[in-house]
Amino acid sequence: MSGGSKISRRQFLKKSALAGGGLLLACHLPFGSRDAQAAAGAAFAPNAFLRVGTDGSVTIIVNKSEMGQGVYTSLPMLLAEELCCDWKRVSFQAAPVADAYNHASFGPIMVTGGSSSVRSEWERLSLAGAAAREMLIAAAAEEWHVVPCLCRAENGIVHGPAGKQLTFGQLAKRAAKMPLPKEPTLKSGAKKLLGKPLKRLDSPAKINGTALFGIDVHLPGMLTAVIARPPVFGGRVKSLDAAKAKALPGVRDVVTIREGVAVVADGFWPALKGRDLLEIVWDEGEGGHISTAAMHEEYARLAATPGLMARKDGDAPGVLEKAKQRLDAEYELPYLAHATMEPLNCFVDLKSDSCLIRTGSQFQTMDRNAAAAVAGLKPEQVTLETTFLGGGFGRRACTGSDFVIEAVQVAKAIGRPVKVIRTREDDMRAGYYRPMWLNKVSACLDEQGLPLAWHHRIVGQSIIAGTPFERVMVENGIDHTSVEGAADTPYAIPNLQVELHSPKNAVPVLWWRSVGHSHTAFVMESFLDELAHKAGQDPYQYRRALLAKHPRTLKVLETAAVKGDWGKPLPKGWGRGIAVHESFGSFIAQVAELSLDDRGNIRVRRVVCAVDCGRIVNPDTIKAQMESGITFGLSAALHGAITLKNGRVEQGNFDSYPLVRMAAMPRVEVHIIASNEPPGGVGEPGVPPIAPAVANALFAACGARLRSLPLTTEKIKAALNKG
Amino acid sequence: MIVFHVNGKERRVDVSPDTPLLWVLREQLGLTGSKFGCGEGLCGACTVHIDGKPQRSCITPVGDVRGKRVLTIEGIPANHPLKKAWLAQEVSQCGYCQPGQIMSAVALLEKKPKPTDADIDSAMSGNLCRCGTYGRIRRAIHVASAKSASKGGRKP
Repeated sequence: MSGGSKISRRQFLKKSALAGGGLLLACHLPFGSRDAQAAAGAAFAPNAFLRVGTDGSVTIIVNKSEMGQGVYTSLPMLLAEELCCDWKRVSFQAAPVADAYNHASFGPIMVTGGSSSVRSEWERLSLAGAAAREMLIAAAAEEWHVVPCLCRAENGIVHGPAGKQLTFGQLAKRAAKMPLPKEPTLKSGAKKLLGKPLKRLDSPAKINGTALFGIDVHLPGMLTAVIARPPVFGGRVKSLDAAKAKALPGVRDVVTIREGVAVVADGFWPALKGRDLLEIVWDEGEGGHISTAAMHEEYARLAATPGLMARKDGDAPGVLEKAKQRLDAEYELPYLAHATMEPLNCFVDLKSDSCLIRTGSQFQTMDRNAAAAVAGLKPEQVTLETTFLGGGFGRRACTGSDFVIEAVQVAKAIGRPVKVIRTREDDMRAGYYRPMWLNKVSACLDEQGLPLAWHHRIVGQSIIAGTPFERVMVENGIDHTSVEGAADTPYAIPNLQVELHSPKNAVPVLWWRSVGHSHTAFVMESFLDELAHKAGQDPYQYRRALLAKHPRTLKVLETAAVKGDWGKPLPKGWGRGIAVHESFGSFIAQVAELSLDDRGNIRVRRVVCAVDCGRIVNPDTIKAQMESGITFGLSAALHGAITLKNGRVEQGNFDSYPLVRMAAMPRVEVHIIASNEPPGGVGEPGVPPIAPAVANALFAACGARLRSLPLTTEKIKAALNKG
Repeated sequence: MIVFHVNGKERRVDVSPDTPLLWVLREQLGLTGSKFGCGEGLCGACTVHIDGKPQRSCITPVGDVRGKRVLTIEGIPANHPLKKAWLAQEVSQCGYCQPGQIMSAVALLEKKPKPTDADIDSAMSGNLCRCGTYGRIRRAIHVASAKSASKGGRKP
């Protein structure tokens, strides 16, 4: 956490978003030296990422958290391709927290995020596999007294002259004694694994109930706790009467921590019942005054004033002033909860000189260090074991390490191993939301109807300000994650100005799958549709004209349009909308088709998605991630909103914060563009285009332009009655 | 003492009868395949069968299952057509909701061996998936249904 100086998400974003999406690293990375500790258990452990047993088993250590995106398969594929092992002998293991497993380009921390896993590990894992292959070949060559170049590895076997063969298992011990190659050579020729839809290695455990999530962690003698949290952000316990709770059978203790009051019990149920019996008077501080309605008014006032400059080409305000006709619009987006299916939880076993944490974290180094600080230990005295994550979406990469810190405090207070579990309501009301945003946009058109000037003001909290990342990720007051997707738009607009206001308030905010793109894509792609309509042009052709210099963006746009039957007739009351957006080094276009009934209910029927994410590892994973991003984004587009009144979050569970369900799920078709470009991300980029594609489809269906998410039936009805 | 059957075995637990079945399965019996997602019967992650019917174990007091038969994800054999279809269609992403999804799907096929899309919508809409695996779940159910049918409608 303290080592933030090299954390370069901003640099990475700059590279990936502004320089057209490059491979994260161009230099050769160290992949860890011979792992002596691990070598004790495995015959051949040439680096931090690989163990080969004498039985030929191959264990690949994965330094990324598995939260649905398939890293326990895609990352092993990268190493195994170069190792030339038998894929059927490959298994995975979650990496511990150690320097060798730090992010390849974000700096000295172990973290999973930014759709960066494949991109950042491609080279390192390929080299790690190649080096191990060369050592296995060298071992065989020594055994046979031949030169290594007469030997080759394939499918877990080294083949030598005259039909000689030795398996990796047979060679493991001798290979361990071979010198580490300084500059391993990557394979040439056709790939054996990469580009193939190999089955996920973690699927069997996930369908038989054995996959261990944080909430499943159990230790004999462990207690379970739930925490009563203040009803408003920043609230504190004023007084507590815990007598009734303590009297409840199964309740072992009630302790006050910084965040609230923890009820510790033999199990979840007595803890929860005990919590209901607590009598707490809260000091609400200033938190009770927060309301999103008032916040919106404040944001609107700010949007009327100049902000910090994030992009300035030409003179947009000057051109707009002289324009005969202009379009002005305000787009609003609410706070959003990540709502991972597995509510946040954390297991802690704290001793006087050590601490064991088991949890689903995307942010291991930060969480470990935060735990050490609370426990009064050195970071190296804290062991953090990463379980499966029942969804992450950024929530488990918490800049405040909230769910870890509270659990360590409880463990410290009770002196027993404890698992803290949040109820759904705890999880949803405890903050760290996608910020609420207001975007004010004005534009005017040239004689061809194309945008001549675009003036854009963005208002919303910075997710980076006040965190250890601020020093490196906020530049001249601009948090790049607030303006990404707008300030770096590929559209050819001669006069473009993007400004930013970053108001502060007590509502904790965080990166939410696709981060800034989750709001900017909605604004850019909706307003561009408005301009096309104003110009009397087809929204697809309009975009094409503005993307002439961006062939990859153009290609996905055209692919989605063709595959999505753009221009073909639809039944009455149906509409088709298109959107395209680049994020995390990948280019995605989506065409959404929906139907609208006369009561204002929409039903998204079909989504056609084209993706160019550069060179690929596993096409089925890419498809799955697009399906996933679309569904996730659709829940936000149709339903998602966290609102506050008198400081209280008004949503709590899936009745008040609905998600898309089976019956509302559209048919999704994904088309992957063949590409030799550097790899791009896939976990997040599927999210941004869906909300504008749906909003544009709604406009196409009925002429109602909704500039506020979510697209609720009430808003649609109101727009229809107005129009 | 509360006595009931889980996955074919008799189990006796000494807990307050208002304790939700989910927490008894997870904490007393070590069957952590059934998941906690909402505590209100809104997400389906805790779905188990009670006397053959899919139920939300997070809102079912264990006192109500005295003498009944409970089936959890751990009791579904690995060669069940649905589990095979789940693997073949590569349904799982984070995987947290999948045991509940499978339990709902098993109940659906037992009732309707050849479900329509509308049947799937109505049987599966109580199970949330935040990763968006619905399309693959639908495919897997159709595939498993076809496989079962081709084997002479053998009960899964």
